[in-house]
This record gives sequence, structure tokens and C-alpha cells, in this order.
Amino acid sequence: MESTENSAAVLQPDEFLPNDFELRGNTDSTHVDTNFASQNFWKEVRARFFANKGAVFSLIVIIILCLLAIFGPGMNKYSYSDQNLLEKNFAPRVPGLESLGIFDGNENMTTTTGSKLVNGYKDTGKEDVYYWFGSDVLGRDIWTRVWEGTRISMGIALCAAIIDMVIGMSYGLISGYYGGHVDSVMQRIAEIVNGIPRLVIVTLLMLVLPRGFVTIVFALMITEWIGMSRIARAEMLKLKEQEFVLASRTLGAKDFFIIFREILPNIIGQIITQLMFSIPTAIFTEAFLSFVGLGIPVPMCSLGSLISDAFNSFTTHPYQIIPPIVVLALLMLCFNMLADGLREAFDPKLKEM
Amino acid sequence: MKKYVLKRVLISFLTLLAITLLLFILLQAMPGSPFNDEKLTPDQRAALDAKYGLDQPIVVQFLRYVVNMFKGDFGVSYKISKNTPISQLIESRLPISIYIGGFAVTLGAVCGLVLGIVAALKHNTGWDTLCTVISVLGVSIPSYVFALALSYSLGFKLKWFPMLYSAGEPFASSIMPSIALSLFTLASIARFTRTEMLEVLGSDYMQLAESKGMYGSKLIVRHALRNALIPIVTVLAPLIVDLMTGSLVVEKIFSIPGVGSLLVTAIQSNDYNVVIALSFIYSAMYIGIMLVVDILYGIIDPRIRLAKEGGN
Repeated sequence: MESTENSAAVLQPDEFLPNDFELRGNTDSTHVDTNFASQNFWKEVRARFFANKGAVFSLIVIIILCLLAIFGPGMNKYSYSDQNLLEKNFAPRVPGLESLGIFDGNENMTTTTGSKLVNGYKDTGKEDVYYWFGSDVLGRDIWTRVWEGTRISMGIALCAAIIDMVIGMSYGLISGYYGGHVDSVMQRIAEIVNGIPRLVIVTLLMLVLPRGFVTIVFALMITEWIGMSRIARAEMLKLKEQEFVLASRTLGAKDFFIIFREILPNIIGQIITQLMFSIPTAIFTEAFLSFVGLGIPVPMCSLGSLISDAFNSFTTHPYQIIPPIVVLALLMLCFNMLADGLREAFDPKLKEM
Repeated sequence: MKKYVLKRVLISFLTLLAITLLLFILLQAMPGSPFNDEKLTPDQRAALDAKYGLDQPIVVQFLRYVVNMFKGDFGVSYKISKNTPISQLIESRLPISIYIGGFAVTLGAVCGLVLGIVAALKHNTGWDTLCTVISVLGVSIPSYVFALALSYSLGFKLKWFPMLYSAGEPFASSIMPSIALSLFTLASIARFTRTEMLEVLGSDYMQLAESKGMYGSKLIVRHALRNALIPIVTVLAPLIVDLMTGSLVVEKIFSIPGVGSLLVTAIQSNDYNVVIALSFIYSAMYIGIMLVVDILYGIIDPRIRLAKEGGN
């Protein structure tokens, strides 16, 4: 009895002495496994992403469209709101291409008496005028307006998607992390908000608030965060019982540190994928609102309002509706394909299915 | 099971109530009062307020509003057709919308299922690629782009179908809108069916069934499809909702006298009463569909129900 007490006093098991450990150094006995070298996560993701042709193609198309949205409106002398009623409904005409028989300003007008070839440029004696995508009912340059519209549509989509990401992510992470009553209450609220059709919220908001960029972003913000919060919560539930979280907590990390610094970096892939999916949804909703008449006020334009304007004369002047529709369809398609590619890159198990 | 159903019903009811409250607040927030006539004396105004119950406390007004909405009494239209009860306006339009919507869902679900099954059975062949291409296109491109393309090509150029809806030939004139509306449903269902079928086809019980000597359509329909169908029920609810949104624009493009085009007209002419009534109807339909799907899903797959009950 006496002796054990004595030895305990001598050993002091939870106290380290300076010479308990010695530096091992990088001697021959330690070596790095070069046969199965550990790969950087992001490097692997990048490699998988670039192996996916569809996703890379989409990325390139999106970059080109973004560049056109940034520089397109400044590429000719027209501005998006300039009207010239003397030059209305001109068909597309591009210098150089016109000698090839395309984009020469000719259009077929079908009337009850038959069809005839019309060329607005020649008929009004404006041989030196060029509208690359034609001009609309009020004589505005469609090229400039399409890229201006793309700029606004993309701006709305990006703003809305990023705000949604922040709100939805935080909501889902907090709800999943704390669990219990907090989770219960937060999920019931989300369920009720989710029960209100997006169409109804957006329509009503647009009726009450002044029409414009901020209102559309706000309307999208209110409705779109639910999907993101679901993903964040599900991922949180998967991760929160894992050892690294326990380790962090043992070392004294606070809840918010664990949520945002320990767990968030592990689910960033899923979050980015969901962000990419929410961009086309936002673009579509904006286009839908504009088409219904609740969009960006004139003279500003978005892809939706351009389609809506051109719709009224789309059988007589189809060239007016084609550019905004093609850009809209390309954007939606490419963002969806990009998001698919990202999802597969972040989670290669999915692809095997 | 009872507890689960009860909970779903309660949540649905609460949601609908929340929406009604939202609509009521909006109505209160609209500028002006119904009695704006300058000539009214304060006494007359008070008498009018009393007659329409506007002197009651706001809570009583709200309760009365809720009762009216649930009874289907939405008030009258102010602008679109003056003083016509809104329920009457909707009554004549709802069947057309439901007809086209039902047509689109059926078309989309049937074609999507077939496409998805074929793609899964002929995994990694041309059929599979075709299915993937169709589903990516269908999911990405908005229905009104399809509607415009169809309207221009089949309607205007080829003159196969009427470009605008005519009451005289409801079937011919609902073909194009239904196709345009159904493409999203078709694409989503095809994509989902393919994934589910691939998973089921690779499962142990399918191998067992095959080794027992089962083959052909019996194997596919009885064993694979039935199990693959379960999760597909869940995507139907959001799809029907997308259909509602899509119908607004598609109805406008084809001039269909349905509920969607009524809502568009109401929005454009600021007829608040009609907008609010239709918002209520859309929400009620949406919540109803979600409820049915949730309960159906709970019946088909007990794991879901247990998980949801266990979560609390």
C-alpha cells in the first residue's frame, strides 16, 4: 500500500518531462509512400471534372456568354434604350456575311396575298446601317439588348443564388447540428414555407413591392433557400457524429467553429453543386416573371422581357425572338450540365449508377 | 400510421392558414378603402363599414375572411369583368386547365416511364444516350420555349394544329400545349426511372428472381418496375407544381381560356381580388397534392413514415 503510493508520487503519469520525447528526424526508417501517393482532393475533383466533356463544353459556353454579356452591349454604337422609329423591324444584317446570302437584311413577309422579300435597309435607303441581330418594333438594336438582357438576367440569378446559398446553408447547418427541438421547430417552419407555391409568393411580392432588380432578387431569395437548407442539413447529419468533430470538440472548439470551420469545408462540394443548380432555376423564374409582366421595368430588359416583347410579332419577325430564346436555352442547359459535371466530380460514386 | 396522417393533415392545414393570413395582410396593405366617394358623410361611411363588417376588430375580419375563402366565396372581380363573382370566372376556366394539365401529366408520365425503362434495360447503348440527351434538354429548357417552337413550326409553318385554342376543337388545339407542358415531366420521370431501374436491376432479389427462371416482361414489370416506381411517386408532386407554373405561360402563348391565363390577365391589369383568389386556389391545390403524395408515400414505403415519426 505504502509502496504503490510512493511509486505513484514518483511517476506522476499525467505529467510529461522534457526528455520524454525526442525528435525522430527524417531518417531512413521513415519514408513516404510513393506507390499510392495521397492525392489532393481538389486536384482529383479537377481531374474528374475536366474528364467530363459535356461539363467542360458547358463551362466554355458559359464563359463565352458571360464575356458577351460584359462586352456585347459596348461592341456597337447603339445603346439598349435608343429608339429609332425610322429603322424598326430590320432583319439581321452583318457586314461581310451579307454577301454570302445570309444575314443580309432580307426577310420573307407572309401576308394573305402571298409572300414577298423585304429588305428594310434597301427600302429606306439606309445601306450603311447594320443591325447584327436586327432591330425590334421600336427600332432598338437587338444585339445590344440581348446582351444587356443577359447581363441583367445573369446578375439577378447570381445575386439570388449566392444569397440563397448563405441563408439556406446556415439554416440547414444550424438545424442539423443542434437537432432536437431546434431542428424540429426549424424544420416545421421550412415545411410551411415550402408548402406555399413559389409562383404564389413571387407573384404576390411583385404586386406589392416596386418592380425592379432588387424585388426580383428578394422574391427569389424567399423561395429558393429551402433546397439548399435540405442539402446542408442532410450532410450535417451525416458528418456531425464523426471523429474529427469529436476531436475538435474535445480540443475545446465552440459550436460555431465546428459548424463553419470544421464541417462546412467538408460539404462545400455539395453546396457548390446546389448553387450551380439554383442559378438556372433563378434565370428561369426571372424569365417567367418577365413573360407574365412582373419583371424588370422598361426600358431595361432581361431575357424574359425580350422574349415577351418579341412574342407579339414572332410569326412575322421570328428573328427578334430567336436570339433571346437561344441565349436563355443555352444558359439553362449549360448551367445544368455544369452542375451535373460538378456533382459527379465531387462525388464519383454517383456516376456508377 | 394514423399519427403520421394526422400530422401531415395538420401541417397542410397550418400552411394553408399561413397563406390565407399572408393574403389577408396583403389585402389590408393595398392602398385605399372600398368606399372612396368624397360625398359620403362620416355617418354614411360608418354605416357602410358596419354593413360589410369593416368596423369589427381585425381578428374577427380575418376569421370571416378565412371562412369565406374556405367556402369558395372569393368576392368579385374589379377590372377583368366588373362585379362578376370570381368563383364564377374560375368555374368556367378550371376544367380547361385541368384537362390540358391532365393530358400533359399522362403524356409525360407514360412516355417518361417507357423511355426510362428502355434506357435502363439497354444501359450504355444508343438508347441510353438518347434518353440522357432528352432528359437533359427537357429539364433545362423552359416549357414556353418548346411552346413557341411548336407553335411556330407545327402551327404556323406546317399548319397541322391550330395555333390558338378554339373551343370548337378542344382536342386538336390542346395537343401542342400539352406536349410543350409535358416535356419537363417526361424528362424528369425518364431520368428518375432510369436511375431507379438501374439500381433495382442490380439488386440481389432481381438476381434471385432471374435464377428462379423468371424472364421477360413479367420479370421487368412485376419485380423491377414495382420497386422502381416507389420513389417516382415523390417526384410527381413537384412536377405537378411545375406544370402549374408552366401552364401560366403556355396558356398565354396558345390563348387558352384557362385559369393560368386568367391569372396572367389579372396580374397585368392589377385586379388584386382575382390574383389573391387564384393564389389561394393554386396554394390549396399544391398543398392538397403534396399531402396526397406524402400519405401515399407513407403507405407504399413504411420506412419513410417510421423515419419521419422517429425524427421527432
